[in-house]
Amino acid sequence: MLPYVLKRLAVAILVAITVSLITFSMIYLSGDPAVALAGETATEADIENIRRYYGYDRPIMVQYLDWLYRAVQGDFGQSHYLKKPVAEVIFERLPTTMLLGFCALVFALTLSIPLGVLAAIRPNSMIDRVALTIAVVGQAMPSFWFALIMMLWLGIYWRLLPITGTDSWANFVMPSIALGYYITPAVMRLTRAGMLEVLSTDYIRTARAKGLRPMTVLFKHALRNAIIPVVSLAAVQFGFMLGGSIVIETIFAINGLGFLAWESIQRADLPMMQAIVLVLSIFYIVLTFLADMLNAWLDPRIRVA
Amino acid sequence: MAVSDISPIEQVLEPSPRALLRRRIFGHAGLVIGAFVLISIVLMALLAPYIAPHDPLDQVLDRKLIPPIWFDSDKATWTFPLGTDHFGRDYLSRLIWGARISLMIGVSAMLISGVIGTTIGVLAGYFGGRVDMVANFIITTRLSMPVVLVALAVVSMVGSSLTVVIWVLGLLIWDRFAVVMRSATMQVRNLDFVASAQALGCSTARIVLTEILPNVSNHLIVVATIEMAHAILLEAALSFLGLGVQPPEPSWGLMISEAKGLMFFDAWLIAIPGTALFLLVLSINLLGDGLRDVTAPEGRN
Repeated sequence: MLPYVLKRLAVAILVAITVSLITFSMIYLSGDPAVALAGETATEADIENIRRYYGYDRPIMVQYLDWLYRAVQGDFGQSHYLKKPVAEVIFERLPTTMLLGFCALVFALTLSIPLGVLAAIRPNSMIDRVALTIAVVGQAMPSFWFALIMMLWLGIYWRLLPITGTDSWANFVMPSIALGYYITPAVMRLTRAGMLEVLSTDYIRTARAKGLRPMTVLFKHALRNAIIPVVSLAAVQFGFMLGGSIVIETIFAINGLGFLAWESIQRADLPMMQAIVLVLSIFYIVLTFLADMLNAWLDPRIRVA
Repeated sequence: MAVSDISPIEQVLEPSPRALLRRRIFGHAGLVIGAFVLISIVLMALLAPYIAPHDPLDQVLDRKLIPPIWFDSDKATWTFPLGTDHFGRDYLSRLIWGARISLMIGVSAMLISGVIGTTIGVLAGYFGGRVDMVANFIITTRLSMPVVLVALAVVSMVGSSLTVVIWVLGLLIWDRFAVVMRSATMQVRNLDFVASAQALGCSTARIVLTEILPNVSNHLIVVATIEMAHAILLEAALSFLGLGVQPPEPSWGLMISEAKGLMFFDAWLIAIPGTALFLLVLSINLLGDGLRDVTAPEGRN
């Protein structure tokens, strides 16, 4: 197992370094960042001052290494707009996004796993068709539009839930659904496919032939094995959701990382944008690494190959 | 028994593969419905200059927010069947022209990402070894960058226009092409006809283009539909956040964004473009699922 772990770890670190390089060079897409920061009314001298103040006059490689060196230590510089350390602001906002992502994941799993299991028990039955329809419809619905429709019905017409803010748990219901439903089809399809495969194996037939109760066979024998790939998919999807929460947080005015990202983009707050992209990417890399490890631990065939 | 009573030869023989395929295509409800809706939207987009009743950019402020025809209101009129927006622009005309933008972005971004992803995937799958390792690394790196966030950041810095959105999306969403093409090529690569082409002395380029690609094209088409739908949804999200297609262009995502402030009073303003977007993406997905079922009936689960 150890060689496999080390190999994956090395790849993960290399990916993280590459991502940091891409993230860093992003600020040069608009040309000279000092000009962009100075604004339209700035004089040549202002631009020169800004360039020197933020260190944009140094060679790019030096800037990158300096930025990376500080970033590794948790120092992402000062926000141009908020005039506070970037890391401090990110750590203020991160828990909200994590909570939102977690609630969305719980929603998605509690909906998709039972549906996937039911669909697999009776393939091509009514339940299977309903589950498939939900998957197809869910994948075609733009999440921001779905969020607005929910806001309208649950928030305005029926007055069941508050539409914006983060004051209570009720504020998280609609955003979690809007964020989570998008990954439901993928999880459901994988659960269904896994269960179908496992249910046709010999050991399930043996378990049934022994006269075990159908529920025991289904949950203790079948689901346990079918759920392995679902766990790693869920980890990966969690990473995707944190990246995608920018749309949902903006709509529901949830003061998390996604909303911060949107604000920073509007304000051209370059250090903040860089840091958020980097933090979310690293988070995704860590999640996929852990998912790989979990898979390898549960399934020895992976780590030998 | 007269000669004419003998049943024609076609009825005795098995149906031809083409007839079988035709039967499978028309027997697949999802595929037929998806193709029908998609073709209607494509026709609507192509014929926009001829079928749109008004200029989609024409603002007349004294006719603003006329409700659609099915509302029981004095203002509703057949001159504006879907009503007008807050600038008095004809909603139906904007919807028709908006189909052009969605389809153009969907198709262009899909083509760009298809070329990138297929190249990476086929090379990785064909050569394996080091090439595969490098390709895998590139794919992993791309996957770890959050698409929406990176797209927003890049568009905000380069400046948003239709071309920029197309290129940014095209350069970001090639990962699925690469992953699927890689594994499909790996399977085809070890088949006998590839070995015989090699034995005949065909060049690698020729083998890839004439032996590999045609045999993975069914996977390619399915991924193409998925990524086209993906690009359309992403464009709508970018435009909704104000960093995609810029006003006054009639993008569906932008229409929803512009109507957001009024949706509590006039919900139809977001319902109409949202439904259009939903139908377009749904039809593409149905078409893709259908093509997968028809071309690979054994892999239906």
